[in-house]
Amino acid sequence: MKFPIFLDNMSTTRVDPRVLEEMLPYFSEEYGNAASRNHPYGWKAESKVDESRTRISQLIHCDPKEIVFTSGGTESCNLALKGICEIYREKGDHLIVGATEHRAVIDTTRRLERSGFRVTYLPVDKTGLADLEALKREITDKTILIALMYGNHEIGTIHPVTEIGKIAKERGILYFCDAAASQGYIPIDVEAMGIDLLALSAHKIYGPKGIGALYVRKKNPRVRLAPILDGGGAERGMRSGTLNVPAIVGFGKACELALAEMETERERLWKLNEKLRTAIESSLDYVHLNGHPTQRLPNILNMSLEFVEGESILMGINDIAVSSGSACTTATLEPSYVLIALGAGVELAHTSIRFSFGRFNTEEEIDFTAKRVVQTITRLREMSPLYDMAKEGIDLKNVTWKRE
Amino acid sequence: MEQIYLDHTSNTPLLPEVREAMAPYLHGEFANPSSLHRGGRKNAKALEEAREKTASLIGARGEEIIFTSCGTEANNFAMKGLAAAHEKKGRHIVVSSIEHFSILHAARRLERQGYRVTRVPVDQAGWVDPQKVREAIAPDTVLISIMHANGEVGTLQSIREIAQVAQEHGILFHTDAVSSCGTIPTNVSELGVAALTLTANQFYGPVGAAALYVRKGTKMLPFFDGGGQEEGRRSGTENLPAIVGMGKAAELALSHMEERTTSLLKLRNRLMEGLISVEEVYLNGHPTQRLPGHVSISVAHVESEPLLLSLDMEGISVASGSACNSKAMKSSHVLQAMGVPELLARGTVVLTLGIGNREEEISVVLDIFPKVVERLRKLNRTPIPQEVRSVR
Amino acid sequence: MSYSQKVLDHFNHPRNIGSFEKNEKNVGTGIVGAPECGDVMKLQIKVENDVIVDARFKTFGCGSAIASSSLATEWMKGRTINEAFQIKNTEIVKELSLPPVKIHCSVLAEDAIKAAVEDYRKKKVAGV
Repeated sequence: MKFPIFLDNMSTTRVDPRVLEEMLPYFSEEYGNAASRNHPYGWKAESKVDESRTRISQLIHCDPKEIVFTSGGTESCNLALKGICEIYREKGDHLIVGATEHRAVIDTTRRLERSGFRVTYLPVDKTGLADLEALKREITDKTILIALMYGNHEIGTIHPVTEIGKIAKERGILYFCDAAASQGYIPIDVEAMGIDLLALSAHKIYGPKGIGALYVRKKNPRVRLAPILDGGGAERGMRSGTLNVPAIVGFGKACELALAEMETERERLWKLNEKLRTAIESSLDYVHLNGHPTQRLPNILNMSLEFVEGESILMGINDIAVSSGSACTTATLEPSYVLIALGAGVELAHTSIRFSFGRFNTEEEIDFTAKRVVQTITRLREMSPLYDMAKEGIDLKNVTWKRE
Repeated sequence: MEQIYLDHTSNTPLLPEVREAMAPYLHGEFANPSSLHRGGRKNAKALEEAREKTASLIGARGEEIIFTSCGTEANNFAMKGLAAAHEKKGRHIVVSSIEHFSILHAARRLERQGYRVTRVPVDQAGWVDPQKVREAIAPDTVLISIMHANGEVGTLQSIREIAQVAQEHGILFHTDAVSSCGTIPTNVSELGVAALTLTANQFYGPVGAAALYVRKGTKMLPFFDGGGQEEGRRSGTENLPAIVGMGKAAELALSHMEERTTSLLKLRNRLMEGLISVEEVYLNGHPTQRLPGHVSISVAHVESEPLLLSLDMEGISVASGSACNSKAMKSSHVLQAMGVPELLARGTVVLTLGIGNREEEISVVLDIFPKVVERLRKLNRTPIPQEVRSVR
Repeated sequence: MSYSQKVLDHFNHPRNIGSFEKNEKNVGTGIVGAPECGDVMKLQIKVENDVIVDARFKTFGCGSAIASSSLATEWMKGRTINEAFQIKNTEIVKELSLPPVKIHCSVLAEDAIKAAVEDYRKKKVAGV
């Protein structure tokens, strides 16, 4: 077993050696700019880019021409939201956005609010599922876009995208789905799901960093999009800039592998997931699963381990790489808004740990992790005044706390 | 036969040392620099080291570097991010007419949002007269963006003088140094710019990493919203392998700049003189104030596409106009702005040298080029009117 | 974020974990923070003749919070209650090389020290 054990595959993944192998020539001899039409360096690069486009399109069931390359998931989300809002502003100024979306979506819609758009943040239930009745109620004739992700990056809950797509279609509203967390792990069919725009990211599926894509529907309806990167007019005029050929080649290969191995991987990951969950639940009291028990990505296990703060857990199990939703561990220094949206209290976020499994994790690693987590939580609870209080039967909610 | 690669403006090959520096991050050291665990912290350090190295190349501080995915992104960011942050002061922007499309089209988008844009003309050599920039300034001018060197025709601009003008009026000045940075000295304090775009694949670094320098204290609206990377100014998981490569390439560019320039100049002068000694082949851009490895020529009575293809069959890779432009097959906006007659512009090819090129390759090109031109001219002799010739 | 050696040492080998019977006359207890803020510190002192003869802590919080309270118990032992009352959060920051985002942990520790001392003083006044 190699340390540290990497159980943070939702933050990024190790590039698959098969992906790397396919990319490497494009770092050395094949250095053409794909837009250079007039010499073989450029031609080779262009045809390889087209091949990747096809491979990516097969993962999500679209036409290769509907794939717009970007620098990553964040850019894809920014492009979808800002690009749509600029073009469709005259049609309406209202967006409906899931409360548990990635920050690339939420922070972008917050900015759009500052430039005059109205945004409804759609609440979720305690398992993280969007309320579709509320969605229907919130739609107005000024609504131009619904943004609801597929699988959630923190808790793994999978939204019923097909139903959302149907609702959007019935009301003539565009549907943008961020699939950066779920691509490659569960099937995506933009046609059957009625998705008009879909964000993808390569480094979450064993592809390279620095490359992502936005699917933009060409027919029924033909979606128009204002670019945020203006320039030479690459990518159907929706995204200018030099194509990152080695990364695109890697992205294509990563999608091909993900598609080929999806079914077996899904089953294997779910087994690891259940194994770790049951091991923790059977050895520790006061633990909760965050997210949906079954309608969940196979590779995410988010748990709150009460009375122990997330960053201290990370420090305690420092030979295992995981992430937490506690305030001390987030970029904003705020507890995870995704966990808060579940409505069970901020404490849940402070004591949460996200394990995210991947292609290279083994059962042995999970066994080790389970042991290590139980050990660490037991040790840290010995230090926790809250655990004592709970044991004494004091309800922490009724305690008056002396805040700083 | 080995291809002779003379299209370094569209892309430079990755140096082996750079590839080596990147290698660990492509596979083993893959953690997200934003992650708190050991791997993430280690990579955050690598990210900051690359930032310092990149900053050193342009004489800036690490904190003044924002990594982006390409030059186009950095240029869009500069234009839109700076304009939006200073919009209260005014909504007028000055650019030159020969900027890269990422600047010109960003300017056009800003126009649609209610900004006014003045496009300063250039002379026949593709040079922007700082005096013309001064005349373009209005009371509500907030931003000037003039490129350091033009990638199509190679002309260097008088950035210091333009910066002086901008400073006198208290206006932000951005320069797109994509074609020059890493090849010639590009020190932000010497140039006096508030913002500058550079990209790694122009100095033997990887594609996928570029940067925008923004002088400390300059207000700027974030470009990609999200996870808050790059001090909240540019969200998105950092492309660490490429960024590390950029840092390494920057370090090498800085330490080898003089020797690289000397050898490029030697090859370039021989190539340039050889090419323009062919009858009715004209140099585009400034004869001396130009990028060291850059030759742009217009070949009368020949269309650039068959010329490129013929050269390619002989194993020589060159470009027509800019890489972004070559798909469009329109005559370049740069040549138009310089007043190059349409008939001549159509026969334009750009040959850009890199540090891998050798004397023997120049000899091969100088041997093949006149033959190819002669053959093509026999096939297609478009008469060039007398007045066009006298212009040159 | 990287932790200083001293933070790691206190985190991995915390000093004086535990509790005293809080109703005992010579015990002062300070509990500060709140679960929803992500940190709660419980600091206890045992006092004889105004000298702190022993100290205990329990902390719910990040590694720096645990280290700050562990260090606080070490520093308090052997000091008079008045001396302990003078311990400043900045001294803790310095000793543990806490980064700016962790300064609040040291503030919390200082508050806990003061709360424990005040609790003891109150008890003493009430007892006399």
